[in-house]
Amino acid sequence: MAGVIYDHVTKRFGEVVAVNDMNLDVPDKEFLVLVGPSGCGKTTALRLLAGLEEITSGEIKISDRVVNDVAPKDRDIAMVFQSYALYPHMSVYDNMAFGLKLRKTPKPEIDQRVKDAAEILGIEMLLDRKPRQLSGGQRQRVALGRAIVRNPQVFLMDEPLSNLDAKLRVQTRAEISKLHQSLQTTFIYVTHDQTEAMTMGTRIAVMKDGILKQVDTPQKLYDHPDNMFVAGFIGSPAMNFFETKLSGTAEEMYVEGPGFKLRVPPDKTKALKGHLGKEVVFGIRPEDIHDRDFAPPGITAEPVTTMVDVTELMGSEVYVYLLSDSKSFIGRFAPRTSARVGKQIDAGFDMGNVHFFDRSSEKTIR
Amino acid sequence: MSVERIKKILGHLPTHIVLIGLCAIWLIPAFGLLITSLRPFQNINTSGWWTVLAAPRGSEEYSQTCASCHGSDGKAIAWADHTDPEVVQQYPRSIKLLAMLKQDHKGQPHLGDIPMPEPQQAADIADYLKRISGIEVRPRFTLNNYVDALMGYRGRNNYVTDCATGEQALDLNCDTSDLLNPRGMGRAFLNSLLVAIPCTILPIILASFAGYAFSWIHFRSRVWLFALLVGLQIVPLQMTLIPISRLYAQLGLNGTFLGIWLFHTGFGLPYAIYLMRNFLGSLPRDLFESAYLDGASHWTAFWRLALPLSVPALASLGIFQFLWIWNDLLVALVFLGGQKPVLTYQISNMVSSLGAGWHLLTAAAFISMALPMIVFFSLQRYFVRGMLAGAVKG
Repeated sequence: MAGVIYDHVTKRFGEVVAVNDMNLDVPDKEFLVLVGPSGCGKTTALRLLAGLEEITSGEIKISDRVVNDVAPKDRDIAMVFQSYALYPHMSVYDNMAFGLKLRKTPKPEIDQRVKDAAEILGIEMLLDRKPRQLSGGQRQRVALGRAIVRNPQVFLMDEPLSNLDAKLRVQTRAEISKLHQSLQTTFIYVTHDQTEAMTMGTRIAVMKDGILKQVDTPQKLYDHPDNMFVAGFIGSPAMNFFETKLSGTAEEMYVEGPGFKLRVPPDKTKALKGHLGKEVVFGIRPEDIHDRDFAPPGITAEPVTTMVDVTELMGSEVYVYLLSDSKSFIGRFAPRTSARVGKQIDAGFDMGNVHFFDRSSEKTIR
Repeated sequence: MSVERIKKILGHLPTHIVLIGLCAIWLIPAFGLLITSLRPFQNINTSGWWTVLAAPRGSEEYSQTCASCHGSDGKAIAWADHTDPEVVQQYPRSIKLLAMLKQDHKGQPHLGDIPMPEPQQAADIADYLKRISGIEVRPRFTLNNYVDALMGYRGRNNYVTDCATGEQALDLNCDTSDLLNPRGMGRAFLNSLLVAIPCTILPIILASFAGYAFSWIHFRSRVWLFALLVGLQIVPLQMTLIPISRLYAQLGLNGTFLGIWLFHTGFGLPYAIYLMRNFLGSLPRDLFESAYLDGASHWTAFWRLALPLSVPALASLGIFQFLWIWNDLLVALVFLGGQKPVLTYQISNMVSSLGAGWHLLTAAAFISMALPMIVFFSLQRYFVRGMLAGAVKG
């Protein structure tokens, strides 16, 4: 059982910087999710920890031991690959026992551990089969089982669910979370899917272009993003951004955007004082834009006159694409909404849940 | 049957015709060779292999000329019974037979109105008489050619007869030790095996090691070294015959198996490494990384993962290398020559020294074909690459 520390870790492939000065402290037993768009360096960060890539500079520690020059097999970690990487010529049993055999574990113990892992994952009846005789979901379980039997200090998972169909993915997602709870081990999980990140992670680390943008619990990440990238990446549909200008006075501040001028709530004016009269980016999540006729009680929804461009009915809600002074944005309305395509309606902005970002640094103004 | 299906069948028809044609082009000569090798040499010299099931030689001429009086079985005239060896023995050849036929028989011409046979026809009749009288009975098929070829028999008759009568040549013992007679195909077969098996296994093992290293071990100037090896493939074998022959003379390797093993291994390696590297390099990287994380060293990953997975590549490489060595004459001639004759060397000798020894040549050809055919048919399923199914999400 061990924590993992990335200390100023940088990885370069020639001219390309894949991981740029990464600092991350993963305490023991945490489920950390590394998330980001493809090519952001999250998989490289994981492979550095596994020892499959060499670190250009910096240090990685597993349970306070620097592992920069430790061979992958001696790092006491197990990894589940996106492709599962099962040994095609071995039975499921041999696949799971391979690592233990190489470590010269006594035979009865191997047997016991493989059987136990198979039972946890519900694959006892598959032990004699070859990987090619298994379905995608079963192969995925075997890959998990191969990691479990090793009883490693840290589990690494590289997009293990991306090859499963949607239904199986949801199911396996929950199972991996349960597995983490029962094993009480550190998990580091790489994904590009923000739903997986939100549902599974104890904490989430968001990466972009090799740079760690923010590390926090899912709820904090969602409610208080540090910058525009995190704000836009987490949440679906993504947060709406407007190019706006702050006007008025420090006491009565207004945000002027395309087709609207709204009063900034008093609790936010203090932080924004320095930007008065300047241009800022104004962000609001789709669920904070309501149909004013059906806005939930207790919310002060400021009216914005908009034109309905497109509506998408999702069943429990409607995604409404709105136009305000030809700037397009999305609102999540209750299905009872009277919004019809081509009609003009008053959208209500919940000013209690809005975000302001500096235009040049893209950081949240706090 | 619907129009669609007929159209479909007609659409495939040209392909099928071409395929059948190709099969025929290959199979008919091979079949002819096989039949020829199984016929007595006297038959081979007088008629083509396609007549093997036709009526025996001379039977037609006999029924035209003799059967009207002597009967179709030759027994109609009791005092001139054609099935009696003593009667027939007086006319062993066409000249004696014709001379007897020209004499009057009881004041009448022997043949009466029947026209006198041409000399060739008379020879055929004489041959037929020998057959029905039991003086010289030749079966349609015989294994004698194979026995002769294997034992290295070089006489006018055949090995079995000569041994039975004790007239065998000095170098034959008429027991199983004759299989090792240096002039025979049996010994040559053994020599060919002693050349081909090590020359197949050695380069494959070395190439597997090298292929793994080039694919999965990072070392300096890996790309350049590999490019150099690929480049070595274009070195013509003939160019090296003289320098290597001189080198072998100094090392005392000429005419030894070790010499030819080294030569074939050296010339087989560049291509074998090239092929093995490309195959091993095409295996999923995740598999090897997974093994390293599981605790495997390069050595373990090679034996437990790379080698079992590359069985299809090993098999096809093995088949081609084996066939090339087995069929090679040039290298064997230069480095082994007559000291340790291989199959190809023996066959080439038969053509030159015996000229018309078709019966031995065809049998020898089939002896040398046997093993490649067994190898090919037993390993051909490995040509289909199905081993990787299930390794990664396909």
